[in-house]
Amino acid sequence: MRLRAKFHCILAGLILLASFATVSAQTSLKPSLIGRRAPEILRPDFNKQTISLAKLRGRVVLLNFWASWCGPCLKEMPRFDELARQYGEKKFAVVGISIDDDQASALKAVERMNIHYPVAMGDVKLGNAYGGVLGVPITYLIDENGVIRARFEGEIETKVIEAKIKELIKH
Amino acid sequence: MRKLFVLLALLIAPLLYAQSGTAFNIPKANLIQPAELNKIITTKVATQPLILQIGSRMMFEQAHIPGSEYIGAGSQGSGIEALKARVASSKKNQAIVLYCGCCPWGRCPNVAPAFNALQSLGFTNVKVLYLEQDFGTNWIGNGYAVAR
Repeated sequence: MRLRAKFHCILAGLILLASFATVSAQTSLKPSLIGRRAPEILRPDFNKQTISLAKLRGRVVLLNFWASWCGPCLKEMPRFDELARQYGEKKFAVVGISIDDDQASALKAVERMNIHYPVAMGDVKLGNAYGGVLGVPITYLIDENGVIRARFEGEIETKVIEAKIKELIKH
Repeated sequence: MRKLFVLLALLIAPLLYAQSGTAFNIPKANLIQPAELNKIITTKVATQPLILQIGSRMMFEQAHIPGSEYIGAGSQGSGIEALKARVASSKKNQAIVLYCGCCPWGRCPNVAPAFNALQSLGFTNVKVLYLEQDFGTNWIGNGYAVAR
């Protein structure tokens, strides 16, 4: 019986340790761009279609900066793809911006994960326009009027981002 | 009892595997804190360390540590090759500081492979900049020297 109790204690400790090792990084809201119009992206995606935030007006947009070598990014992206399917393209859109050095690596990752939303390569100008993309993932939520409503650093819990999306779509 | 050990081993193994090759494996003696590195680069010392960014070019071009050089992502073969080429003519006791800051420390895929590559080449004075959250938070956020 004592052995079983010890085992349960060790198991609980390990589960706790595992949760610290794998649960998402914190999210933080940086007020600087919140409430301001989202800087235009205007660039070709990997399918050579132009991404334009102006064209996405009327929809809530999830804008995600990521890299193919970033573990948390690769965990989030299939979830974002699922959210795009779930909310439908009339109300919601996801746009990915890779900070990879080369498009080939980013494209390979997108194909491997079977991502359906538009993804383009980022650059310094875009990074600076968005307040400095000096770590990934960074995700913005933009309302239907093109105004930034939230900024998240690190991997986001699905329920957190989904609650915010629902709030913006209802608004 | 034996079953208990087997079960524990099965539970622990994935955790250890997940952390192998990560920043957590870099010995503490090989870490340098942001404040310490900032002090070094802002002090007129004759011999400055070779500071190499082994993350993303887009991040580097937005902001980087003055005097540092962009190499390439340490998690990618091309980045490691570029790193090896950059230090090929350096003495093995050359002071080298590696940094990335793309992600929280434990999740950075770039620093450990770059550190391991230099260790395997026999470099004896390699430090890795400890950026707990990311470069934006722990370097720029603290007001340390930045070049753009």
